[in-house]
This record gives sequence, C-alpha cells and structure tokens, in this order.
Amino acid sequence: MSEALEATTDALDPAHGEQATMTVSDEISIDIKDMNKWYGEFHVLKNINLEVRKGERIVVCGPSGSGKSTLIRCINALEKFQKGSITVDGTPLTSDIKKIDEIRREVGMVFQHFNLFPHLTILENCTLAPIWVRKMPKKEANDVAMHFLERVKIPEQAGKYPGQLSGGQQQRVAIARALCMSPNVMLFDEPTSALDPEMIKEVLDVMVDLARSGMTMICVTHEMGFARQVANRVVFMDQGQIVEMNAPEPFFTNPQHERTKLFLSQILAH
Amino acid sequence: MANTHTTQHYVASEQYAEETPPASSTGVIGWLRENLFSSWSNTVITILSIAFLVWILPGIIDWAILKSVWNAQSLTECREIIKATHGEGVSGACWAVIKERYNQLLYGFYPAELRWRPNVTFLLLLAALTPVLFRTMRPAFWAMVIALGVSVLAALLRGEPGSIVNPTTVVAAAGAALTYVFGGNQYRGKWLMAALAFPFVAIFLLWGGLILEPVETSKFGGFLLTMIIGVTGIAGSLPLGILLALGRRSNLPIVQLICVTFIEFIRGVPLITLLFVASTLLNYFLPPGTNFDLILRVLIMVTLFASAYMAEVVRGGLAALPRGQYEAADTLGLTYWQGMRLIILPQALKISIPGIVNTFIGLFKDTTLVAVIGLLDPLGLTNPIRSDSAWNGIVWELYGFIALLFFVCCWGMSRYSIFLEQRLRAADRR
Repeated sequence: MSEALEATTDALDPAHGEQATMTVSDEISIDIKDMNKWYGEFHVLKNINLEVRKGERIVVCGPSGSGKSTLIRCINALEKFQKGSITVDGTPLTSDIKKIDEIRREVGMVFQHFNLFPHLTILENCTLAPIWVRKMPKKEANDVAMHFLERVKIPEQAGKYPGQLSGGQQQRVAIARALCMSPNVMLFDEPTSALDPEMIKEVLDVMVDLARSGMTMICVTHEMGFARQVANRVVFMDQGQIVEMNAPEPFFTNPQHERTKLFLSQILAH
Repeated sequence: MANTHTTQHYVASEQYAEETPPASSTGVIGWLRENLFSSWSNTVITILSIAFLVWILPGIIDWAILKSVWNAQSLTECREIIKATHGEGVSGACWAVIKERYNQLLYGFYPAELRWRPNVTFLLLLAALTPVLFRTMRPAFWAMVIALGVSVLAALLRGEPGSIVNPTTVVAAAGAALTYVFGGNQYRGKWLMAALAFPFVAIFLLWGGLILEPVETSKFGGFLLTMIIGVTGIAGSLPLGILLALGRRSNLPIVQLICVTFIEFIRGVPLITLLFVASTLLNYFLPPGTNFDLILRVLIMVTLFASAYMAEVVRGGLAALPRGQYEAADTLGLTYWQGMRLIILPQALKISIPGIVNTFIGLFKDTTLVAVIGLLDPLGLTNPIRSDSAWNGIVWELYGFIALLFFVCCWGMSRYSIFLEQRLRAADRR
C-alpha cells in the first residue's frame, strides 16, 4: 500500500479515534475569503468567509435555497465563483484545469443522490479513480477498496451493481469510493436527504466513525443530532450569507440571530 | 382510531404455502390466451391476420416457387415454359434472370477470375467484426463453416471438383480452424488487435497493387459496392459522430461552433446533393490533373453525412445521463477524456443503441443513392439488365432479389441491436 494510504488508514483506525476527535491542528485546510457568486443576476453567495482547519468538522445548515450546497460545490470547482478566493491545502482555486484536478484529487465528495456509476460493480466504482488517477496497480486498488468497503460494512456487496443495493448501502459505497482516493477533506452534500428513514442511521454511523478518525469534513445536513455529536462548529446560512457560526452547544441552546432561532424552532419542533 | 365500532383486528396465524399457477395461464394454451386471444379486439385482430395470410400466401408461394422458372435464356423463353407446363394465362416467377446475372448483382464488373478477392475480404470482415460485436469467436466459426460449405457446393455444382481448392475455401477453412481453436473470450483482445489491420488488408485485396493485379474502381459494383460504402460509412460515422457530439457539448466556444456548423450544414443538405458535389463539383476545387478516386470521394461524403446524424443521436444519449454522473466523474479527479471514456460514453452509447442502429440501417439503405451519380450498385445495375433485350420487362424478380439482400442485412443489424440491449441490460441488472 502507498504511504499516503497507510497514513489515512491509520488515522481511520477506531483505536486512535477518540483522541483524534480532540485534535484539530492549527494548519488551515480550506480558506474561503470574501467569496461571492452570482447565477446571472442573482447573487447566490455573499461575502463568504470560512476557515477550516485540518481535522475540523463543520456542519452547514440553513433553509433550502440558502446557498449551502452551492458553497461546498465551489470548494471542488463544481461551481464557479466570481469574486474572492478559495485555497485548498495551500493551492489556490483558479480556472486552471490542472489546479482544479489537483484539488479534486484531494477533496472527496458525497452527493445527495449517491451518483454511483450504474454500469460498474461496487468494487469497480471504488477502484476506478485510484487506478486511472493515482495510477495504482489494479491489485493494490482492489485491496484498498476492500479495506474501505469493510469500514463501511458492506464488503460482501463488492461484486454487485449499484442498482441491486438499498439507498443506505449505495450511500455507504459512495463514501467508500471517495475514501479510496485517500482525500484530505471530505465534502458531504445532504448525504441522508434522499434516504428512507430506516437507512439514515447506517450512513450517519459511518460518518460519525469517519469524523472520530480525524477526517476534515464539511457536511451540509439537517441532521442536528449528528451536528451535536461530531461538529466543531455549526454554520447557519440564509439568503446566501453566513448568518451565524458557533460551536454546537451554544449554537443549539443559545442562538443569537433571529433567523437562526426561527430556523431551529422549525426544524427541532417535530 | 376514530370509528372504534368497526375496528377489526387481524393477525396472520400461519404462512400460506406457495401454489403453482393455474394450468390455463401456462404452456401453449396460456401463451395463446395471453398473446392472441386476451380480449375481444385481440381475438378479432388474430382472426383477421390469419385470414389475410391464408388469402395472400398461397398466391405468393404459387408464383415464387411452384410456377417459377430457373433455366431460361430470356423472359420470353420463361413465359413460353410456363405456358407449356401450366397453361395459358398463368404467371410465374422468372428466376432465370437472377441465375444468369447474380454474379453481376453481387460483384458488378469485378473481373470474374479475381472474384475470390471480394470473397476473401468478406470472410475477413466477418472475422474482424465478430470480436467487436460478440464476446467469443463462435459466430465467426459458424459463418466460416457455412462459407466453406457454400464454396465447396458451388464448385461441385459448376462441375469443377478440381476448383474446390481456391482462395475462398482455403481462407474459410483456415478461418474456421483458427476461430475454433482460439475462440474463447480470453483471446478477444488479440482478435481485436488483429481486426485493426482489416481496413488495410481489405483495401489491398479489393484495389490490388504490389503483387496483386490492380482493379479499377469503375469495375466495382453490385452488392460489393453496397458493402464497401455501407461498412466504411458505419465504421467511420460512429467515432466521428461521437467526437462531433462531444464537441457540440464542449465548453470551448470555437470547438462548439465548428461542430454545430458542420452538423447543421450536413443535416440541412440532401445526401444526393452531397453525392453530386462528390462526383462533379469537387473536381473544380482540386488541382487539375489530380485523379481523386470517385468511390473514395463518395465514401468520404457518405461517412460525413452519417456522422452528422450519428452526432445528434449520441448527443441525445449524453443529454439523457443525469448531471450527477458528470459531477461524480469530475470530483474523483478524472480528466475530461477519462471521464468520457470510462463513465459517460459507456452509459450514453448504451442509451443510444436504438438510435445508432437506426442510423446505420438508414445509411446502409441510402447507399443505393449512389446509382444516381452513375455508380453501379445493385439498384444501378437493374437499368442495364432491364434494357437488355432478353430481360426487357422484368421487374418483380430483380427488385425482389435486391430487396432480399438488403432485408437480410438490415434485419440482421436490427436483431443484433436487440441482442446487444438485452446483453447490456443483463450486465448491470438495474
């Protein structure tokens, strides 16, 4: 196995987990400065400033249309922004396709609708990028993929196709697929919103496990229990701007902004 | 619950045993019920269809088989034979024209003593296509066996047992042996590599040169010409069409503009016009004295024409894929071409199979248009045959034979596309 992978898998070892939870390094992983984005005339993101340190877990929440998904999609250049800057692991995000690919290799992403490749088996889904992007030998890529499929607890599904799996299983495969690239940062774009209620827990368990292992994570989610459990900071967005940002405990017990209070009352009411 | 007085509790106390379906829904009777007599309207349609067949088939069989004539020198002789054997006013097919002219309909004016070269090329085409279309070489093996049988039979029927050993039989026998021994899936890669050499071998065999006697393309004709144009157009238009489709969806404005202009121009002009450009107008643009082969010009035009249509079919497949597939490929760090090759195109082309095959079939039939610019494809050959005093007035037999040739090819493509769709559906069991 490659050295980079060894480092990741060590970090992911549950034995190291609890200590790792505490350690947030001073190193900046993602630095978003005065970022603005427009869709045509529509100002979707306004003056976003966010520093994410290595090992930090950020939960982004807010009403629909507030720009939270757009924000994290800017980080791996799925969306372009027009003003300001984003720096990922010291690499500034420009329109240079080489730089973009470089950043995408280090940033894993999990989508709301899984986006697995339906024409490939689970194992092939996981090994494709390591083989073609990292130039990993096939056998090694298989070993790595099986390692992460075991971590998300579905190694027995390796030979099946995505269509044969339940939603929860597909989302866990999607997480394993992203981890196979041994990314430094993981982005989650509403990973449980498309799931049946009984499957949400299995995905959240994997994400909690991942958080404990010290992975830098930015999660757009409405799972407030998850936010309380693992987040260092909760970011609340409304109408394209960051309205409030705080540690989970004060954020939930003592929200400052009116809009935050309203949002929390609506989301926690039922 | 609101209306408590009607509440009925139910708890299953046992698991019901599985039963076989009723006899009337399985087997032959079940099939007939399900497919032919499922409703009143269906029953009526079934009976009407059977009545139609009963009404039309006996006449066709009578004309085409029972009262047909295979040995005659002219249409008049045909009619006299029918009159002598079946009486006045009876009509029957005069297949003698096909018997006399089938070599011409198949090869055009390709020299008779060199016809083994198109034959061998055709066999090699089968061997080259099989690894592309199928997983094993088994279909090629059976094709070779059939070709060997036909070739030997033809030699015996000609009454020249000595000519059994000719290039066609030798290649068919060797091909059968090779495809049998190395027919497994594990050799598919090697066969595909070998298939890459086919275009060069085919050009060498058909056009001649080096050690083979050169044959002028003006002698190419008949079904040979149809196959040359059809196969080249099909093989060339798919990759070109894919590139055009990708270009049309490209983010680079110049690439996009070029592709859109090309596609819209070609689609806006009839094929016949392009063929006239190829046959006459192109000469004005080329430097004087250059002899740019007419068939080559036609090949280029037909390929470009089909590729514009192909591009739009493939673009439909690309557009049908969810955006998430493109984004997932991007986020994994795959480059554009990697993403297209590994993720997008395999799925987009699968969706497009019906449209792609549709374009192939259309292209194959459009090859008959070359008759208009004086090339002698089977349809182009009907005019000289029909103006021959011996066969003056013959219609059904000639066009029927040509229709049969085209039908076999187009129907084969259609069946293959159904087979491929089923195979791919089985592969990812969605």
